[in-house]
Amino acid sequence: MTTQEVPAPSAADPSTDPMRPRPFRLLAHRFDTDDTVTVRLEPVDGVPLAFEAGQYTMIGMLGAGEVPISISGDPAVPDLLQHTIRDVGGVTHALVRARPGDLVGVRGPYGRGWSVMDGAGGDVVLVAGGIGLAPLRPALLEILAHRHRFGRVVVLYGARTPADILYADTLDSWRSDGVDVAEIVDYGPPGYRGRVGRVTTLVPRAGFDPANTLALVCGPEIMMRYAAAALADRGVPPGRIRLSLERNMKCGIGLCGHCQLRELFICTDGPVLPWSRVEALLRVKEV
Amino acid sequence: MSRPTLAVWKFASCDGCQLTLLNCEDELTDLLRALDVAYFPEATRAASPGPFDISLVEGSITTPADAERIVEVRRLSRCLVTIGACATSGGIQALRNTADVDEYRRLVYPRPDLVAVLDRSTPIATHVTVDVELPGCPVDRHQLLEVIDALLHDRRPRLPTYGVCVECRRAEAACVLVSRGLACLGPVTRAGCGALCPRHGRGCYGCFGPQEAANPSALSDRLVAEGTPRRDVVHLFRTVTAGAEPFRREAARQEEARQEEADRS
Amino acid sequence: MGVRAYPVVLPVDGVQKLIDLLRGRGLPVVGPTPRDGVIVHAPITSLADLPTGTGDDQAPGRYRLRARGDGALFGYAVPASSWKHLFLPPREVLLGDGPATDPVPVALFGVRSCDLAALDLHDRALLRRPAVDVRYARRRQGTVVVAVTCTEPSAMCFCAGLRTGPEPSAGYDVRLTELTDGGHRFLAVPGTPLGEDLLAEAGWDPAAARDVEAAADAVRDAAGRMRRAPRLDGLREDLYGAADLPHWEQVGSRCLACAGCTLVCPTCFCTTVEDTSGVRGEDARRIRVWDSCFTAAFSYLHGGSVRESIASRYRQWITHKFATWTDQFGVLGCVGCGRCTTWCPAGIDLLAELAAVRGLSAPPGDRRVTDGTETG
Repeated sequence: MTTQEVPAPSAADPSTDPMRPRPFRLLAHRFDTDDTVTVRLEPVDGVPLAFEAGQYTMIGMLGAGEVPISISGDPAVPDLLQHTIRDVGGVTHALVRARPGDLVGVRGPYGRGWSVMDGAGGDVVLVAGGIGLAPLRPALLEILAHRHRFGRVVVLYGARTPADILYADTLDSWRSDGVDVAEIVDYGPPGYRGRVGRVTTLVPRAGFDPANTLALVCGPEIMMRYAAAALADRGVPPGRIRLSLERNMKCGIGLCGHCQLRELFICTDGPVLPWSRVEALLRVKEV
Repeated sequence: MSRPTLAVWKFASCDGCQLTLLNCEDELTDLLRALDVAYFPEATRAASPGPFDISLVEGSITTPADAERIVEVRRLSRCLVTIGACATSGGIQALRNTADVDEYRRLVYPRPDLVAVLDRSTPIATHVTVDVELPGCPVDRHQLLEVIDALLHDRRPRLPTYGVCVECRRAEAACVLVSRGLACLGPVTRAGCGALCPRHGRGCYGCFGPQEAANPSALSDRLVAEGTPRRDVVHLFRTVTAGAEPFRREAARQEEARQEEADRS
Repeated sequence: MGVRAYPVVLPVDGVQKLIDLLRGRGLPVVGPTPRDGVIVHAPITSLADLPTGTGDDQAPGRYRLRARGDGALFGYAVPASSWKHLFLPPREVLLGDGPATDPVPVALFGVRSCDLAALDLHDRALLRRPAVDVRYARRRQGTVVVAVTCTEPSAMCFCAGLRTGPEPSAGYDVRLTELTDGGHRFLAVPGTPLGEDLLAEAGWDPAAARDVEAAADAVRDAAGRMRRAPRLDGLREDLYGAADLPHWEQVGSRCLACAGCTLVCPTCFCTTVEDTSGVRGEDARRIRVWDSCFTAAFSYLHGGSVRESIASRYRQWITHKFATWTDQFGVLGCVGCGRCTTWCPAGIDLLAELAAVRGLSAPPGDRRVTDGTETG
């Protein structure tokens, strides 16, 4: 505590300040749905942002603020940063409105990812709800890059309405790459011919071998709880069911205290955590 | 690109919130560069017929004529912002809401029949849809600028909704309630003033209305236990934000308790 | 001077010399001083700045200073404010134009044992982490500490049971214990070579056996007068098991959600980040400010706050202090200073709530705790 005991700060040099974002230039901007865009960004300094599938960045603009958003790009292409962003608040609104050429601040990548390769040698099932498909996309791309090392690959994807389905063209290309993709919507318009219902109802009939499956789940918390329970009921070991949790985050590095889920700092202990670790915690109201 | 137009409207109020805008001396030049002040009787003769991009509305609705006028203001405004305690919770004039207005009228005016006034003073949001509510008596200069800035940049304004105690503790001010036993509404009042009164050794008067999680009954229980007479507690909640629901309810509860105590003794 | 054998004795003017020596080394000295009826930490230059002859009375939701009728320099318990304003300021600019002054090392004068323990907890939370809070680190570098043994605990103090006081055991350059009976003097011990130099330059006298005994008595006496701390055994498990208790609603109905407890707490470290753009747009800034788990925005996610009820926020705060902190940082998050209780405008007593929760959550036949007077 006195002079000798305090470790020398690693940041007399502001460039090592973890709260200082790196500037990225927005290259392209594509609307996936009415309120959701996928942006492609490149680092202004040219240094690639290597990441693991499931990690997130703190992204934003000075004056607007920063928010944690999972990376939706390909881990094998680290010089191109991709985020899929839904316009739900002040910062995301500013990001959705950004135009090619605009500068965006990025910190990270942060957190623990999916560790997809743990599933090699068995089946993988990805359960996504709404924009939860975005953080799972890097995981699927990683699996496809090592397709021969996995057994069956199943994507169960639930969206609110057909108009809310993300990456519609990509879903077809995944099918042709040997992925079993099933979509379902909460509400179908009159004449809609696809499946209507909750994504969790797809779990019992999906084609995978529960005892030898890695399950990756991302979506609204209540959907993840039901999906994880359904997977566990089906026989997937709770330690092999992984959820990407969301809590308010302000720093991304475990210092601001916001994202605590009981003893866990979701920013650094997560966002991806096994069902065996969080099942009891998520049962408590307002924890 | 033409500048967004601004209109400033007055209803039942003291003009103090409009003055806050005029007091933004350091920022006025920038404001005028960013905005076209199209209607602001207090400051300029400009009187555009509208419509307006931003309308700042001061004051509460207390007359049948104003109840009609606010509907027209809403129709002319793309974004309507209420400024101050009157427009946001009914103001000091909402004290009439617990009294007999006819009696006042007879006592005060020689020709009560000429006074067209409503029984109650109500906030703007009771009559029309409000886009942003800015509390305070008067509003805080920085918050007013933040709202205008946010609207100019098409973003949500950042207005704290937590309590005054947060500002007090950040400022390292002595808690007047704990260290001097003063009746202070800081724990139940929304931040925004920078804890102005407690920092100057006075209890908070509640100008900014209830905070997001206001628990006024817990505060009055504590004040009464520490010796504040119930009558004073009632008065504490019945000032410029008397019409704000949590404060209105608590004042009524305390008055009832006081009556019960009086009946018993 | 003879062979250096500590402790030594400093006369009152030796304490003034300590302040002078620290300032002579270019260190701003920050210490306790009275202001607006409370004791705060502020820059001091002489003993005249200290709350000499002042005592304090503390109770849940109540704090008053009083004249002691003696010349004691440290005759009160913990000041209203902790030291965190210095190292983790309530507001600081992260990005954009702001005061860009490099922090200078400071000397903390008159640090109580509980507050010294709290500094260590902040170091654990903000420095000894995979990612370091560089701003905190820069301010903490080179801090010199003159600690004092707490011989006048308040009615809200319970550091003894948490083993964070009343006598500072580590983390100081110099430790002083004030003795008033039989002549006003200070028993002094150095904790570092710098402390030895300071004491040597201040001019000490050898300590007599009666001085050492008087100091030991004062420590024992202070510890004996404190509230009993929560029983530490099983504390974490009890709180984890208490998550669904109706008692949280009961305390939630009394809690004002004013956030005061967290902001006066010397160990609470939560902050939030706010951006401002300014009418002109070019003066955009990113600012870090103190935050609290008692605000709605703290746990806000798209769609609403995770912790909507006051009950859940109170549970969060007390569970963090006494259970999750242990998992996160290996120690309790409470140092027993009692500020949260003294400065609660609703007068909510942390220890009474903790005891109530444990009493209700303990399995039948294991009612270890039934009231606020657990054994330490």
